[in-house]
Amino acid sequence: MSDHTVKSYDEELAYLTSILARMGGIAEAQFAAAVQALAKRDDDLAQRVIAGDSRIDELDQEIQTFAVRLLALRQPMASDLRQIVSALNISGEIERIGDYAANLGKRCLILNHLPVTAPVAGVIRLAELVRGLVKDILDAYLERDVAKAIRVWSRDEEVDEMYNGVFRDLIAQMTEDSGTITASTHLLFIAKNIERIGDHATNIAETLHFQIVGTPPKGMRPKGNTIGASE
Amino acid sequence: MTDMAQTTVATRTAETVASRLQRRYAAERRFRALGIGAILISVGFLLLLLGSIIDKGWTGFMQSEIALEIAFDPQVIDPEGKRDPAALETADYAALVRNAMVARLAPDADLHVRRDLSALVSTMAADHLRHMVISNPDLIGTRATLWLLASDKLDMVLKGQVPRQLGAEGNTLTDRQLGWLTELEQTGQTRKAFNATFFTAGDSRAPEQAGIWGAVVGSFFSLAITLLISFPLGAASAVYLEEFAPNNRWTDLIEVNINNLAAVPSVVFGLLGLGMFLNVFHMPRSAPVVGGLVLALICLPTIIIAGRAALKAVPPSIRQAAAGLGASPLQIVAHHVLPLAMPGMLTGTILGMARALGETAPLLMIGMVAFIVDIPKSPMDPSAVLPVQIYLWAGSSERAFVEKTSAAIIVLLLFLVAMNMVAIVLRKKFERRW
Amino acid sequence: MNMIVDSVQGPSKISAKALDVHYGEKQALFGVDLQIRAGEVTALIGPSGCGKSTFLRCVNRMNDLVEGARVSGSLTLDGTDIYDRIIDVVQLRARVGMVFQKPNPFPKSIYDNVAYGPRIHGLAQDQAELDEIVMTSLEKAGLLNEVKDRLQESGTGLSGGQQQRLCIARAIAVEPEVILMDEPCSALDPIATAKVEELIDELRENFTIVIVTHSMQQAARVSQRTAFFHLGKLIEVGDTEQIFTNPQHPLTQGYITGRFG
Repeated sequence: MSDHTVKSYDEELAYLTSILARMGGIAEAQFAAAVQALAKRDDDLAQRVIAGDSRIDELDQEIQTFAVRLLALRQPMASDLRQIVSALNISGEIERIGDYAANLGKRCLILNHLPVTAPVAGVIRLAELVRGLVKDILDAYLERDVAKAIRVWSRDEEVDEMYNGVFRDLIAQMTEDSGTITASTHLLFIAKNIERIGDHATNIAETLHFQIVGTPPKGMRPKGNTIGASE
Repeated sequence: MTDMAQTTVATRTAETVASRLQRRYAAERRFRALGIGAILISVGFLLLLLGSIIDKGWTGFMQSEIALEIAFDPQVIDPEGKRDPAALETADYAALVRNAMVARLAPDADLHVRRDLSALVSTMAADHLRHMVISNPDLIGTRATLWLLASDKLDMVLKGQVPRQLGAEGNTLTDRQLGWLTELEQTGQTRKAFNATFFTAGDSRAPEQAGIWGAVVGSFFSLAITLLISFPLGAASAVYLEEFAPNNRWTDLIEVNINNLAAVPSVVFGLLGLGMFLNVFHMPRSAPVVGGLVLALICLPTIIIAGRAALKAVPPSIRQAAAGLGASPLQIVAHHVLPLAMPGMLTGTILGMARALGETAPLLMIGMVAFIVDIPKSPMDPSAVLPVQIYLWAGSSERAFVEKTSAAIIVLLLFLVAMNMVAIVLRKKFERRW
Repeated sequence: MNMIVDSVQGPSKISAKALDVHYGEKQALFGVDLQIRAGEVTALIGPSGCGKSTFLRCVNRMNDLVEGARVSGSLTLDGTDIYDRIIDVVQLRARVGMVFQKPNPFPKSIYDNVAYGPRIHGLAQDQAELDEIVMTSLEKAGLLNEVKDRLQESGTGLSGGQQQRLCIARAIAVEPEVILMDEPCSALDPIATAKVEELIDELRENFTIVIVTHSMQQAARVSQRTAFFHLGKLIEVGDTEQIFTNPQHPLTQGYITGRFG
């Protein structure tokens, strides 16, 4: 795509992309740090994650304001319009991802001070999967790679299945050892949050597809049934 | 560069700029002075011309009259007392005038003296008396004091156009006649009245009886014919050439020729009139109808050119709007273009008419140079036109005709100014800003 | 390459097939295939000199007035070829009206401006009928309230926006089926522009409208279908919504987003 005749328009769109990229980077790092805090039972790290969420919120605000300004002053059309509207959407999704990461940090702090723990390996594996998806989709956004986005989009099913597995394991754990119920319940919520992060990544993939191609991706999003995980 | 060097450079630049500026202003002032000087010279010449004409001619609008007590002596005019109209018609009214003059100024005059006395009064006085008696025969035998037209020689002296001194240039009155004049003046029996004759009579050998009315009627007929022929033809040609003619070599040829015709000397048109209208078509010589035709040919190129310019000035957006509504080309021209162009066309026509009014050479060629006394009743009757009349009078040697020539010129100029004024007013009134 | 994204669904009012236009040696339109649907507003957009005005002027044969203009191909109105020999251009222009870029009311009274078309086409039997036509047209053009007590005043004494609406009233007085508008708002201020756009929206019920505009925002606001021209060719045509959110052809995309002159 060649440049706009009016250079400042290009600069403004580039600026929008850069804030979004920065925001995505921070959210990705927040998520990774939260998972690390869970695995290593690191309170300080968890605290830092909780505190770091405000930065993401600020960036979201900035993107909202800037996008509205672009809409008013530039009257964007076609691809530019889709890019700006998508940026508004994606910003919201990333902000939710950041929130979930901060929640993870909070639950981590609680978990670390429980007398009885539960095995976190399954959750960690789920987190790693989703972390990979988040990284992929943020890369896809910067590279404007539709194929990559579709691949992320179609792996939501994988996330759902792994989540179902973790769900079953935690239920089994709780049935086996009632002392781990508190810890396991927290872990359940953590797992759910991570699955939600995966959903948001998928949403970003759909929005990216719309931005580049002009239509949402065809077909229903391949989803697993995550309600009442079947036995 | 140091600061000081910079300032020096700056001052030097400022100085050169200032001096150049002064030179430029001086050049402008000189140019202005030249322009004003040129205008002053032109206006000066104009004033000189107008001044000399008015000086010579303004008295022509007055005529000198002498008050005399006329005795309608039946012995002279109606010896048989039968009041027979035929006899009254041919009676010697000049004798009445002579008798009155003799009675007043030189009771015991001999033949020479009588002749000198008669020379003071215009021959028209006798005609005047004849008309009075024929329309009212009861005047016979009565006496009446009447103002009668003076002769041209007395007229000139009385108006001061000719100096009174005996032997002075142009003075043709004898010593005795001057004495009589002075006597009449002293008793208040002379006066200067408005010269109605000038505006009602035709040409005449006697200057005091000469008038421009014949020429004015001739001019009027000529111009009427010119207008009737040249305006419709010119307007239609302009419309055709501008709106309908295809853009090819024939049209270009016609255009070039029309432009050239506008510059052809008018005397050539006179030759054409002589050859075509008089020799081939055998139209009446010296008649306004021929004059009108020749003048129409002269005016036509001007009207066509002015008409085309007026048509061109109508903006194409109006034509497009009309076309967009489904008007045919003729409707577009008739409903929209022509009404808007009409003021311009009329202005061009009036200016053309003004020029035609003053044309002399072509009319001389077709013979409108004859001495015509009667007022023409139709365009077919022979007549003169105003500029030709001026030309004829200017060729006369009598002093009184100089005055008449100048007076006629003043009348012609007033007509021309009036026509140009009408053109200007029309133009201003209908001027549109798109 | 000519991308027509849709298939014509409704009745096609005006249909151009392989339309070529030459002005002397220069070719202005190259093989244009375009359908204009009835009862809709179709916008023609494109950079200067792209041929959109040329196409517009073909529809009511105003190009006939231009020296050296040649039209080939087919252009039909309701199925009849308008360049056929037997077609009376005067009648055609009564069916296809035009509003120009610069308002050009006749230097006559407002009444006479609107009455001119009906008069020359003999649409009114008597004075009362003519009055009726004039009033209705002025009302449809949204001008009646503003001028109803000064109908005898000159049309050129109105403001720019009013003059343009007068020209629109004048065009609809002959009850055409199609109204062509060549950048009708380019000489007007935003308020007058809005009034004219509102008018276009209302007229849509009874007329087919084709509007050439330089403003993409205006095309987006008033039209249902948009056709993009470039260098004499029709590049893309489709529903306005689709053209402005997701155009298919890169040239269209580039023009709409301001990526080339």
